[in-house]
Amino acid sequence: MSAPKTLFEKVWESHLVAEPANEPALLYIDLHLVHEVTSPQAFEGLRLAGRKLRRPDRTVATVDHNVPTTKDRLIIADAIAAKQIDTLRKNCADFGVELYDVQSPQQGIVHVIGPELGLTKPGMTIVCGDSHTSTHGAFGALAFGIGTSEVEHVMATQCLPQSKARTFRIAVEGELPDGVTAKDVALGIIGRIGSDGATGYVIEYAGSAIRSLSMEGRMTVCNMSIEAGARAGMIAPDETTFAYLKGRKFAPQGADWDKAVSEWKQLASDAGAKYDRELIIPAIELAPYVTWGTNPGMVIAVTDAVPDPAATQSDSDRRGFERALEYMDLKAGTPIEEITIDRVFIGSCTNSRIEDLRAAAKVAAGHHVHASVSAMVVPGSQQVKAQAEREGLDHIFREAGFEWREPGCSMCLGMNPDILQPGERCASTSNRNFEGRQGQGGRTHLVSPMMAAAAAITGRFTDVRTWEFKKPSGEFKKAEVLV
Amino acid sequence: MQAFRTLTSKVMPLDRVNVDTDQIIPKQFLKRIERTGYGDFLFFDWRKDASFELNDPRYKGAQVLVAAKNFGCGSSREHAAWALSDYGFRCVISSSFADIFFSNAGKNGILLVTLPEDEVQLLLNRAASTPHYRLTVSLEDQTVKDDEGFSASFTIDPFRRYCLLEGLDDIGLTLRHADALDKFEQKHNADFWLAPKAEAQAGETAHA
Ligand code: SF4
Repeated sequence: MSAPKTLFEKVWESHLVAEPANEPALLYIDLHLVHEVTSPQAFEGLRLAGRKLRRPDRTVATVDHNVPTTKDRLIIADAIAAKQIDTLRKNCADFGVELYDVQSPQQGIVHVIGPELGLTKPGMTIVCGDSHTSTHGAFGALAFGIGTSEVEHVMATQCLPQSKARTFRIAVEGELPDGVTAKDVALGIIGRIGSDGATGYVIEYAGSAIRSLSMEGRMTVCNMSIEAGARAGMIAPDETTFAYLKGRKFAPQGADWDKAVSEWKQLASDAGAKYDRELIIPAIELAPYVTWGTNPGMVIAVTDAVPDPAATQSDSDRRGFERALEYMDLKAGTPIEEITIDRVFIGSCTNSRIEDLRAAAKVAAGHHVHASVSAMVVPGSQQVKAQAEREGLDHIFREAGFEWREPGCSMCLGMNPDILQPGERCASTSNRNFEGRQGQGGRTHLVSPMMAAAAAITGRFTDVRTWEFKKPSGEFKKAEVLV
Repeated sequence: MQAFRTLTSKVMPLDRVNVDTDQIIPKQFLKRIERTGYGDFLFFDWRKDASFELNDPRYKGAQVLVAAKNFGCGSSREHAAWALSDYGFRCVISSSFADIFFSNAGKNGILLVTLPEDEVQLLLNRAASTPHYRLTVSLEDQTVKDDEGFSASFTIDPFRRYCLLEGLDDIGLTLRHADALDKFEQKHNADFWLAPKAEAQAGETAHA
């Protein structure tokens, strides 16, 4: 009998093309997702070297980072952004790559549309020139972000030289308390292990709290793996995974479906499989979180106060801590619930799926955005947007004073016109609170969709566990969100 | 790719932890479709501050950057490596690097040297306080030395070392395994449950 294996080891071993002595292994890549920002130099490299794209059928592209999220977005005012998008169009046409362009009813953030179209499947290897590729690990795929040279490498060879990562099992056990969402699970983990706590590892998330999450929730957790420094995050596929995938555009059908499911069922880690590191977190210890600093590890429960730098270990950590407080214009000891905000962003590949929008709408329903706050909701994809509109969520948001936008990365990184002004403070459902991430001088606090909606309404961070839920008025009463 | 053997150079200290790639090169420069010309935008926001190290004439021409832990975290943008290299940096020394940046740097001929935190702190202090401070980084000997008696050796993955020493291009290296790749692919193609696109059905998704 062979030794028990982890989910990661099973996927790794089934994709080994070669294991040359004293060199990294060559790993076969099943799916390569491409977007406008990290691909132009790679396509150009192929052209210059006279190389072909090896597997157009395993390559899929969309536009998300640069595209405006306003109605009139077909004309892009920013000439450099427009050129980058046109370049992707030309490259996809030249190399035969399927492109979900701005007008496509399936356009959206690359990490939202991959799963939504059923391109992402258990047991696959998936790469994209974007660090949040870890999202797809929610399906039991090995999915990781790569740089542009690697993008070119995958285009030319459909494989990548890779050193085998170490494995890190994080189990969240028990029932998540009310108001504690997948985003809080992710932030709670990063707060415990730090923003470099998983560098060199592939995390496998396990435990009853993880298993009880929907696919949307699992994607949120895996998405944030990179914010702990992890190469990838994975969750074993189960009935929840299969139910999500069944019937999607690119999912196997009929007898093929049954065969596929029986293959996928074998992926879960074997009993007794060994990990390089393990951590167990009781779900009951988790709370709704708010980041207070300039990396996602600088995070604290909403009912706490901004921590004191004096409590940190090393000199360089303390300086980093002080610098973060200065940038964020916060004082140690300030209760989080006293921090007022100017902007709210609900969106990004972390939290822009239908379930995220339902959760935010439930909080917003019947309330109104605070007079000093401007708030926007940016669905992750055209399909999410259409679904939300069928459920009446757009009405709930609009009635509550939120802007309802077209899909894209938007203010997650502010490459399009959606940015913070210097000094503005934002409650954001995205994944990075780095200095200037949402606009130069902007101050980002990462939160869950419910927490973001609550902050929009009260104008300050507010514990959703004490929220007074209301019904939306008039014709929107029947919105599915409240059923 | 430019080969790296031995380098003696001035040193720029950057005593900050968790320097992320958004700081190394902010997003507005990611819209360009070229691979060159990013050096002018290196640390774009930070260098607006006149006291930022990049503006300090003492460090002008430095090819070695020393930074505190977890350098290069965050976004996968290879533009960060392009900006460092275009500006003239050929070597970064820190106590830890983020994974994707580590890989991107190697692809662009930048040597990343990992040393223990106390040694990095010592180098940061010396670079900031010693006039004309220089380091010699030898990939051949795997050592970092200064003129004041500091000497440390570092470890590096042997294959990565070989590629840097020879300035080898990854795609070419992989294509040495073209036969194995063809063979693997033929077999792997049959595993349709791992293919992105099962026979696409006409029409929309059942889930919508
Ligand atoms: S939403 Fe943000 S993190 Fe996600 S792919 Fe877009 S820019 Fe990257």
